[in-house]
Amino acid sequence: MAETPKPVQTADIEHTRPLFEQGWLNKFSEIKPGIHCYGAKPKNTEAVGMPFPKDWSPTEEDWHLPENWREIFLQGFRERLDKYRTLKVFMDICVRCGACADKCHFFIGSGDPKNMPVMRAELLRSIYRGEFTAAGKLLGKFGGGRKLTLETLKELWYYLYQCTECRRCSLFCPYGIDTAEVTILGRELTNLLGLNIDWIAGPVANCNRTGNHLGIQPHAFVDMIDFFVDEIEEVTGIRVEPDFNRKGAEILFLTPSGDVFADPGTYTAMGYLMLFHYLKDLGLDITWSTYASEGGNFGFFTSHEMAKRLNAKMYHEAKRLGVKYIIGGECGHMWRVLNQYMDTWNGPADFLEVPKSPITGTVFENAKSTKMIHLVEFTADLIKHNKLKLDPSRNDNKVVTFHDSCNTARGMGFLEEPRYVLNSVCNNFYEMPPETIREQTFCCGSGSGLNAGEDMELRMRGGLPRANAVKFVHEKHGVNMLACICAIDRAVLPASMDYWVPGVDVTGLHELVANALIMDGEKDRTTDLRGEPLPGMEDEEDV
Amino acid sequence: MNPESVVLENRSAIVKKWQEAILQTYPKETQKFLKKEKSQFANPVGSIIAKDVEILFDELVKGEDTKKLVSSLDKIIRIRAVQDFQPSHAVGFVLQLKSILRETIGEGVSAELYQLEDRIDAAALVAFDVYSQCRQQIFDIRVKEIRNEYGRLLERANLIKEIPEQQPGI
Repeated sequence: MAETPKPVQTADIEHTRPLFEQGWLNKFSEIKPGIHCYGAKPKNTEAVGMPFPKDWSPTEEDWHLPENWREIFLQGFRERLDKYRTLKVFMDICVRCGACADKCHFFIGSGDPKNMPVMRAELLRSIYRGEFTAAGKLLGKFGGGRKLTLETLKELWYYLYQCTECRRCSLFCPYGIDTAEVTILGRELTNLLGLNIDWIAGPVANCNRTGNHLGIQPHAFVDMIDFFVDEIEEVTGIRVEPDFNRKGAEILFLTPSGDVFADPGTYTAMGYLMLFHYLKDLGLDITWSTYASEGGNFGFFTSHEMAKRLNAKMYHEAKRLGVKYIIGGECGHMWRVLNQYMDTWNGPADFLEVPKSPITGTVFENAKSTKMIHLVEFTADLIKHNKLKLDPSRNDNKVVTFHDSCNTARGMGFLEEPRYVLNSVCNNFYEMPPETIREQTFCCGSGSGLNAGEDMELRMRGGLPRANAVKFVHEKHGVNMLACICAIDRAVLPASMDYWVPGVDVTGLHELVANALIMDGEKDRTTDLRGEPLPGMEDEEDV
Repeated sequence: MNPESVVLENRSAIVKKWQEAILQTYPKETQKFLKKEKSQFANPVGSIIAKDVEILFDELVKGEDTKKLVSSLDKIIRIRAVQDFQPSHAVGFVLQLKSILRETIGEGVSAELYQLEDRIDAAALVAFDVYSQCRQQIFDIRVKEIRNEYGRLLERANLIKEIPEQQPGI
């Protein structure tokens, strides 16, 4: 029989964890399950010609690196330092003031000091010093420099995939260092060695071939929209008639595929369909594409080149169909790519026209160059011009708060439009505390391709600061609905709410718009889009 | 007599030592932040340690409201269940209170102190329950997410046809 320790002995067990007594440069972190994502499958990296496809697992000792991996990494690093002046500046300029240190949701939630943005960047910066600068080479660890070894590479990898590129830290940096960019370029370097994660590589491969992250083929895409058409008819009595790939339409509509397949995004997609149907008589001429069937761009989480390649389909499809401009649905990183990169990657889109609302006549000067506008700004403009008949009381059983998605808020300053729409379609809207919204918004905790299942612990850590603010308004105002305008938010926040704030659901903005929208010829609505009874209709028999 | 009378004059010293012991389970660099930042939104972990450890202590001493005790344990452990802790590290702070009590009150053993120590032991067992529930929940959430993503997709793509809730009559 095994010897069980006596109570006196158990009382002596050390319950504190070992600290970084030796300093962070000497103590490597262990790669743990629950925190890392699975390694990319070779079929996925091979499909798009990414380097060194292989079967590999981050927790295994052997990462099957090419023999000259050091050379490849350092050469890639050098090239990027020359190509991107920002990276060079970010490597040199940080004075470690600590302003960013406690702003990261992963640090706040995990308490792991290597999740401080400064420390995360320092993992790459130390290699930069140790390998490229005279002082670093000479002084070694005393100068904060270290050599690129297998251990430093593994640790760097571990933390690059614990950053959601949300840029909250950069907001507080007095020098404007964008740690998200350090992560972006650091991830590019890991990609040179075939060290991607499968949750990113899979969607990239699918998107490249089929047009969307899940590999939904055109006929299945149409089938799914048809399913929504049936559901909408059940709720409203109206059969909406979307069309696909119609040449000569005025507007092309692109949205993340998450809206089409995953709840609760699907209700947002129904919202789009209902709004477009409503506007048809007012002159809206819009079509969906079953080929450019993805607004998101997971290529953005591998390399600039891959992001550009996947992004190209948007303009390509617009050209093929001969539309005048593009409207994009509710998505996060899709908009960061569109707002900051698309114009120089795949533009200028000379063949398109500056977006002009066919209903209000508003010209969207802000999209003069990209020729692509956000559906929420389009809808806000409609409401401003009284073009939508709305009954916000239909959303009265929802006490709503709004989560600013990092990419739309910090990436493009899209702060007022969603709030304007929200205030028009529901009567109970409460903001979370100021330090957790707008530019200072906390990430959902699962962006930038980290919304896999195997890293659920990491996601819960990262989701804590956002959930904590939701919990505050949940307890103070009875908030039961978290609205957002990002497909990844809609996919991941339900999990975060389940764990941290049970009793709060997640919704897209256009789901609420569609609930409130009074459509011509609709039957007496008794339920919302989810089949839940509308306020005051709880006792209706057909509910 | 009840445990309240024993710890009354040392209450704040004990609570402070206990909070400190919990903070020390984090790396040094993190401890500074957890102590310094006072905003409950910028520092949820530190705030919960500051607030709920005190509630937990008072409830242990009073021994009246189990619900409140479990709720404060849940707030602290829900966080530790997803942080870099071994299970024993995640819940071990409960037992640390025993040595803090002995150290603060002195070695003189009284019936009241025994009673309080029994409650601490019971709380440690509850802490184990809470920890297990949190971990179980993480895996449940993971399964739920996968089912939500792929189950509905198959249904909507008309690839599966399940038995409907109400069968048409024959």
